[in-house]
Amino acid sequence: MAEVRVENLVKTYGAARALDEVTLDFPDGGFFGLLGPSGSGKTTLLRAIAGFVLPETGRVLIADEPVENVPVEKRGIGMVFQNYALFPNMTVAENIAFGLDVRKVGAAEKKRRVTEALDLVQLGAFGARKPHQLSGGQRQRVAMARAIVTRPRVLLLDEPLSALDKALRVDMQIELKRIQREIGITTIFVTHDQEEALTLSDRIGILKDGRLIRHGPPREVYDDPRDSFTATFLGDARIFSGTREADGLRLADGTLVPGAQGATIAVRPENFQLSASEPNAPCRLRAHLVQKIFGGALGTCLLDWQGEVIKVVGRDADFRALPESGPVWVSWQPEHSVTISP
Amino acid sequence: MAMTLAGRDRRRALALLSPAYLWLTVAVFLPLSAMAFFSFLSDVPFGGKDWHATLDNYRAFFQTATYATLLWKSLKLGLIVTVVSVVVGFPCAYVLAKIVKGRSREALFLLVILPFWSNSLVRIFSWAIVLRGNGVLDRAVNAILPWDVKLNLMFSPTAIVIGLVHSYLPYVILTSYLALQAIDDSLIEAARSLGARRRTILWRLILPLAAPGILAGAVLIFVPVVGSFMEPRLLGGRVGTYYGTVIEDQFVAVFNWPLGAALSFILLAVVLAILAAASPILRRART
Repeated sequence: MAEVRVENLVKTYGAARALDEVTLDFPDGGFFGLLGPSGSGKTTLLRAIAGFVLPETGRVLIADEPVENVPVEKRGIGMVFQNYALFPNMTVAENIAFGLDVRKVGAAEKKRRVTEALDLVQLGAFGARKPHQLSGGQRQRVAMARAIVTRPRVLLLDEPLSALDKALRVDMQIELKRIQREIGITTIFVTHDQEEALTLSDRIGILKDGRLIRHGPPREVYDDPRDSFTATFLGDARIFSGTREADGLRLADGTLVPGAQGATIAVRPENFQLSASEPNAPCRLRAHLVQKIFGGALGTCLLDWQGEVIKVVGRDADFRALPESGPVWVSWQPEHSVTISP
Repeated sequence: MAMTLAGRDRRRALALLSPAYLWLTVAVFLPLSAMAFFSFLSDVPFGGKDWHATLDNYRAFFQTATYATLLWKSLKLGLIVTVVSVVVGFPCAYVLAKIVKGRSREALFLLVILPFWSNSLVRIFSWAIVLRGNGVLDRAVNAILPWDVKLNLMFSPTAIVIGLVHSYLPYVILTSYLALQAIDDSLIEAARSLGARRRTILWRLILPLAAPGILAGAVLIFVPVVGSFMEPRLLGGRVGTYYGTVIEDQFVAVFNWPLGAALSFILLAVVLAILAAASPILRRART
């Protein structure tokens, strides 16, 4: 168990900067989610901590010990790969025992720890199977057991759930969180799925083009995104810009948004209300409903406003009274206008 | 509809397969049958000679120890050449598959298959120039070392092994390369993240996973080397009498085709028996 810290990490591939002066603390025992679109550098950062990527400049510290010049095999990490990377020539038990064999753990101790790890991931009866005889979710659990059985200082997860179907992914999220809590290991995981990051992590970091845009507890970052990238990436918010006036924000179509504090605000799709007649809410726009998308309990409406798309998410029941398309009113409460930097 | 489609598919498959099968029938099955027939005759059934059916040719193998001794010598040669080829070829395949990338890989690949491009006789005679006393190798070694060295490898078993390894090395490199290519790099990364050093990764991961390719290459080398005659004859000189050269003599020097055919089939049977005995190992490597 250990705290991880990276300082001023820079890694370039040709002209592109995969990591651009990234400095970040990963607290001891925490579950840290690295989030960003593809090409944002999140995987490069994870691989730099693991030691597979050697940064040009900067430092990587595990438990206050600099490890930039320590090879992967001596960093004391556990890693779960996107494709699980289970050894196909070994059984499940042999896969899990591999790290213990390398450390020359005695036979009795080895057996005990493999059994313990199999029980932890609830695969007690599967030790003798080969990886190709397991389902995707079971392989994921084996990869997890193999990574933690050596009691690493840090657990690194590279998009661990992306290969699973949605129902299984939700189950595995709960499972992952339970395992992490039980062993209390510092965990860093990479994902492009914002919901997964918000669900699992106690801290998140958002990367874009190799730069760390924002980091903090998920709720704090979600409620106060501060910049337009975080606001749109984390929660799909609609950005409104205009000119600042004494009593609010004047948008391009002449609408005044009362109470807005800056020149740019973000409003989340779940905070909009739609109505056919003019609503009482102080913040309102006239837009054109283009499409209603049925999605079960929750529905989505796509609106056209000044040539831009506004997405509204809400209970399907609330959308039933609306016409299939045509002019509608969009409104929201002033407290849902989140001021951000452009 | 489905039936007619299936029928058409079958006809198409037949049309595509038939040239190959026709060729195999003409080029392999017919000559082999003719040889099998000859091996049971007292003399070749043409040129107005007198002949009758007999088992004498097979009996000849067991009547003197010479043939068995030579067969054993050839099997040992096959084993040595196979082992040397794997030991030399596998690291080469590893570098090609896992270390070099892009254009330099293509260039190196070309060098690997270069022996296939040259005539085998030319290749063997080039080795003769290199290996003979006071030849290229002797002079090169003497140019480096201050004292006088007489390697004179020509007409020795070593020369035969060198020539055969050179001819058959590409097979094991190519089959090992394909097997190594199929190993996902993330497996090696996973092993490293678990603390494994290079040697552990080689023994516990890479070699077991590449074993089918290595064994396929070994079989491709072992079988023809056991029956080889050109390299032993040209590079071995006086010591170059092997089972393959004896068979060749029966056909081109002594004109005892029935004995040559019988010796060939005994070789075929022994090689098949060895492969059958090794098949449990081969099968285990594949899973």
